[in-house]
Amino acid sequence: MRPPSQPSSEPFPRQLTWPTVDPSNTFEAPTRALPGSREPLVVARGLVKRFGGVVAVDGIDFTIGRGESYGFLGPNGAGKTSTMRMIACMSPISAGTLQVLGRAPDREGPEIRRRIGLVPQEDTLDLELTVLDNLLVYGRYFDLPRHVVRERADELLDFVQLNERARDKVDSLSGGMKRRLTIARALVSEPELLILDEPTTGLDPQARHLLWDRLYRLKRRGVTLVITTHYMDEAEQLCDRLAVMDRGRFAAEGAPQELIARYSTREVVELRFGETEPAEVAPRLDGIAVRREILPDRILLYSDEGDATLEQVHRLGLTPESTLVRRSSLEDVFLHLTGRTLVD
Amino acid sequence: MGETVSELERADEPRVGTPRWLRSLAYWAYQYKRTWRGSLTTSFLYPVLYLAALGVGLGSLVDHHVHAVSGVTYLDFLAPGLLASTAMQVGANESTYPVMDAIKWGRTYFAMLATPLTVKDVVRGHLAWITLRLATVCAIYLAIMDAFGTLRSGLAVLAVPAGVLTGLAFVVPIAAFAAAQESDRGFSTLYRLGLIPLFLFSGTFFPVTQLPRWLQIVAEATPLYHGVALCRGFVLGDLGFTAGLVHAAYLVALVAAGYLLAVRSYRKRLVI
Repeated sequence: MRPPSQPSSEPFPRQLTWPTVDPSNTFEAPTRALPGSREPLVVARGLVKRFGGVVAVDGIDFTIGRGESYGFLGPNGAGKTSTMRMIACMSPISAGTLQVLGRAPDREGPEIRRRIGLVPQEDTLDLELTVLDNLLVYGRYFDLPRHVVRERADELLDFVQLNERARDKVDSLSGGMKRRLTIARALVSEPELLILDEPTTGLDPQARHLLWDRLYRLKRRGVTLVITTHYMDEAEQLCDRLAVMDRGRFAAEGAPQELIARYSTREVVELRFGETEPAEVAPRLDGIAVRREILPDRILLYSDEGDATLEQVHRLGLTPESTLVRRSSLEDVFLHLTGRTLVD
Repeated sequence: MGETVSELERADEPRVGTPRWLRSLAYWAYQYKRTWRGSLTTSFLYPVLYLAALGVGLGSLVDHHVHAVSGVTYLDFLAPGLLASTAMQVGANESTYPVMDAIKWGRTYFAMLATPLTVKDVVRGHLAWITLRLATVCAIYLAIMDAFGTLRSGLAVLAVPAGVLTGLAFVVPIAAFAAAQESDRGFSTLYRLGLIPLFLFSGTFFPVTQLPRWLQIVAEATPLYHGVALCRGFVLGDLGFTAGLVHAAYLVALVAAGYLLAVRSYRKRLVI
């Protein structure tokens, strides 16, 4: 998947001031999934978040290394946002330990928050102020001199393609533009760690691709990204490693391809039988795939050799109305791990 | 709590050195840019209208029959009371809907808390902003009272800090209350059962000695009564030292208690 073609203007054309451009704190990891070899930025052990009697996060362990992009994937209510808010030092932990940038959030919240940027799930922009004023005011919270924020604001608005709207009220922006502005705002302090809680939820495909492209560029600059999402393609594209969360716990953790290899087969055969109920056909398919799943409208056969499996199906004398052999995706892993039942 | 520069901070990081609560105050000043014209107009207009209609208009009738209220003309009696009442009203306006907006609708407080600011910075910054608003409103009121010729003492200028203190005695506890509200329904109750009766019966329009004894005791226990008495005492120059101290101590105590409640209430609502 490719983001829509961009005007060729590179973001931050003049100077690159991102923290990791400084060679002293850049660590070029040799491969993409070696968390042990990176400087750990976020370390959680037995992390718990309770709201009264409700356990939102139920003892999770993870380490996020510098320069990594780490995703929390899970259905609604899995505990992703609670985890994000704890990492962002906005929500106290209920049990376990959490270190962010080597510090304890409960004692050194202001110092830690100075070094991280948050893109919350719900925008907290001031709708009545202009795009530029939103950035200026936010920069003030970080005690940045006005002229510094001005300079950065120009670069950031270029970066998120909002420079032409700088003087417009935020109220007049589209959803995608507001999201981009929120990201620009989170970058005003040049954070080492950028936390994005469902950055593209509710956006149209064009807006999502533009956002992905911008996040990908940030990642290349060495900004550590922590992202929650329930979009598989987003997780697959942006994240070096993923944690699949379900009911406050980790159902799995690893690189996207690792997860697919571990929890799914290489390929999936989809069979549709038109008038015939899938459940009627299913017994005849016993033993021809590693795993099979019967859905109301189709049957999924998990197999490492999709074409061979499909041939077997035909040899059994079955004539599906339509067939599809495809590669396994993260979505297969996700649904396998978190189930197909709707959780609300 | 002062800020310590930890080794976490990069040495080359540009910083101004502004205390954190002042950075949160800066936001409120920023967003005032879009409403200041309207709010300044009403700050001038209302005192003129009230003083002209009630002080001069109604006052001529009162003076004709009574000759003097508490030894002065009705206009002179009324004006400092209106100053204190206005501080109460402006304060209530600033500490109800804007607080709820910053929690529920605009979520500005949450934007602040994602940055180095803490809950205390958020509370202090907003209260500091309202204090500035009150100071402006009271100063304008006093200037207009001067134009109406109602200042009877050199101490009259102290009615500005007295008015600010009166306003804060409402602002701080109301902010604590507002931060605990799930919806704005509580605010109309606050206005109807709290602020409007206070406005009418706390000695702004007539001395509370006119009230039946039991109501007089109730009136004298309310914060607006003390605010009105303090402002009037300064403007008319007849404030006794002990009385002044009691009025001010009452209001200061309310501000202090309100502050503790506000920090608790904000923390409970914002840090979850």
